[in-house]
Amino acid sequence: MKLRVQRGSGDDLALEEFEVALEPGMVVLDALHRIQASDAPDLAVRWNCKAGKCGSCSAEVNGQPKLTCMTRLSDYPDDEPLLVQPMKAFPLVRDLVCDVSWNYEVNKRIQPYQHPDIDDPRMAQEDVDRVQEFRKCIECFLCQDTCHVLREHDLQPEFAGPRFLIRLASLEMHPLDEGDRLAATRDDFAIGYCNITKCCTEVCPEHIEITDNGIIPLKERVVDEYYDPLRWLWRNTVGKVFEV
Amino acid sequence: MERVECDVLVIGAGGAGLRAAISAAEAGAQVALVSKSLLGKAHTVMAEGGIAAALGNMDERDNWKVHFRDTIRGGKGLCNWEMAKLHAEQSPGRVRELERWGAVFDRTPDGRINQRNFGGHRYPRLAHVGDRTGLEIIRTLQDHVIHIDEVAVHMETTVTRLLKSGNRVTGALAYRRTDGELMLFAAGAVILATGGIGKAYRVTSNSWEYTGDGHALAYLAGGDLVDMEFVQFHPTGMVWPPSVKGTLVTEGVRGEGGILLNSEGERFMFNYIPEAFAAETAKDEAEAEAWLRGEEGAMRPPELLTRDVVARAIMDEVKAGRGSPQGGAFLDIANRRDADYIRRKLPSMYHQFKELAGLDITEESMQVGPTTHYMMGGVRVDPASGASSVAGLYAAGEAAAGMHGANRLGGNSLSDLLVFGNLSGQAAATFAASSDRLPPAGDEVEAASAAALAPFEAGDENPYHLHQELQEIMEAHVGIVREGGKLEAGIARLEALQVRLSRLHASGPRAYNPGWHLCLDLHNMLLASLAVARAGLERTESRGAHTRLDFPDYDDELGRVNLVVRKAADGMVVVRAPLAEMPKELAEFVAREAV
Repeated sequence: MKLRVQRGSGDDLALEEFEVALEPGMVVLDALHRIQASDAPDLAVRWNCKAGKCGSCSAEVNGQPKLTCMTRLSDYPDDEPLLVQPMKAFPLVRDLVCDVSWNYEVNKRIQPYQHPDIDDPRMAQEDVDRVQEFRKCIECFLCQDTCHVLREHDLQPEFAGPRFLIRLASLEMHPLDEGDRLAATRDDFAIGYCNITKCCTEVCPEHIEITDNGIIPLKERVVDEYYDPLRWLWRNTVGKVFEV
Repeated sequence: MERVECDVLVIGAGGAGLRAAISAAEAGAQVALVSKSLLGKAHTVMAEGGIAAALGNMDERDNWKVHFRDTIRGGKGLCNWEMAKLHAEQSPGRVRELERWGAVFDRTPDGRINQRNFGGHRYPRLAHVGDRTGLEIIRTLQDHVIHIDEVAVHMETTVTRLLKSGNRVTGALAYRRTDGELMLFAAGAVILATGGIGKAYRVTSNSWEYTGDGHALAYLAGGDLVDMEFVQFHPTGMVWPPSVKGTLVTEGVRGEGGILLNSEGERFMFNYIPEAFAAETAKDEAEAEAWLRGEEGAMRPPELLTRDVVARAIMDEVKAGRGSPQGGAFLDIANRRDADYIRRKLPSMYHQFKELAGLDITEESMQVGPTTHYMMGGVRVDPASGASSVAGLYAAGEAAAGMHGANRLGGNSLSDLLVFGNLSGQAAATFAASSDRLPPAGDEVEAASAAALAPFEAGDENPYHLHQELQEIMEAHVGIVREGGKLEAGIARLEALQVRLSRLHASGPRAYNPGWHLCLDLHNMLLASLAVARAGLERTESRGAHTRLDFPDYDDELGRVNLVVRKAADGMVVVRAPLAEMPKELAEFVAREAV
């Protein structure tokens, strides 16, 4: 099978074609490793676990955001070259590796979990199911890559992107958390930019219902908090008196 | 060259490194945390089944002493008892602390942290999150550490050499992956939290990072390594398709009731129950079923014997011609639990098999076989501080040794990371605060820089091919079963490879060049591999994870010593070190037939 792999950095980019012998069950990352061993020892690829658990080996396969370790070659026709490129929404380092560091900067701006001052914290399983769904996130950043607000409109870091809206949701829906991130969700992380096209949900290798279970309920909470006239009235009149 | 000054340099950002950085910072140190990969991608993320801690949430008879006893018995008597005790006592606190930092473990019906059964643990003891416990732990620590101002994280940065001033470790040389530039870290103390050596083997559950870096860095700095002959082969790795051979299948499958069958449909583990564990293991299938239903007094099924026992049993079945078509054993959960339960408790196993092998584990049996998984051996440390035999150098987690002896119990690794990460972080911070700051010696920096860049000079060895040769040697000579003659031949072949290291060649630019990185990693892998092989040759008995065909039984004398590997004037030597003696009261408790 032929692979056409994007190589280079800066403005010096080219597609290089490699021929790889197939074995049963091979994934795209296997093919890249074979290319490294035989043809291009310096081919830059980021990977770790090769089991879909760490989210390091994200790339675009025939234009689709994928974990290369979980994408089987047998899912593609073997009579035409497979196109492998780095994620488009991030600055390129070299070959298939991009600079994803802005994600880590966004995370730093999110208020961490605030534990209540109690000795024996109890939580029912059904109350943490949703939070656990969001915490399955492996930070592959494929959702960030596909989100048009980031990919086409380059609104980072103003817009936090689906990964961090999910992180915000996991904290806001945590049954014990005492933090409040709703104002920040609106103002600092710009949830309003998301117009729920669900592209992020489609590419999530962990099958997290990012839009339906995370972003939409989070949007509703923000709306309830800030656009509910009764609540607004309370907050700016009687509520204020009680804020000491 | 960029120079970073810090009080404590932590090398590695998995569970141990992150926890060490947190406690060093809490003790007042400025910390540099160096991570070979991006933050949150270290090997801890792959841990599946759970973290062992005697919380007693599922069975109130559980306590630290029972956990301690299980650990010592699982380690076949070779554990450092002080480490095993500290670990059993402190792991519940470390787990509760994770919850305070935002971890969300699975819950019991009354809302407490749920705990599951695992091999070698007397009671349900593993706090877990489905089968992605490691992800939960690393993310919790990661999200905690980024808000600590005293910790500076250096992602995708690899340390190539420790630097000394006189007899003290005072820094390290590293390269940054993204641009290939060298960096000099000057530190008051250094903690190795670099993980294991699994990439020296072909069939492995380990990622590219696991190249024995800490083992080699410590050895070259004059530190002692111990228990290097004990490499854990996890009984259940995927065996097919070839591209994922070795990928881990969590012990949680058996913890949730999964059973092992041979090609004749026989539940063969009943034929492999060691005498020492007979009193705590079900006699027959009826008793094992009673245990699964939670009946009081019923003992655990033999599938939950320790990993060394189960791995060897699967191998023996395959050898006897009773293996599965793809060369392993059948692991069945489909007929044991309903599909919803399986998808809820083992979601990543479900997806892993579905997506990589096209198999639905709620309908069919998996096929599994042993895979290189964990390194019991590592830097020899002081139990309570993690201090190595070299001043200023500490180690924690898989890179350190002592805690697990000849075999580690599942679930005891995640807890080990947190308990000893915490202790070493405190100790290193105290050491750094109480000693004068010395800059790394200039000639050491020069020599280390030259060595790091040497692969770009002339040479003709392809690092990927040399790596494959190394893996083949380790599989063939230093694998799950060993034998004197084969080990000797393996050592000779490893030595021949070592000579070729100086000819390793890197082409292309310095920015993000995996070929170059592998050239440097290979030096570490070879040192660690030689230490495994030489210690394995010296231990002329079979114990725990170390099986010698030519010495199939325990040797009482060897059961009283750990093997220490160190660098002497004329090369690598292996010496015997007597085990520290356990207090009588604890020894008696461990020796009881059943508790």
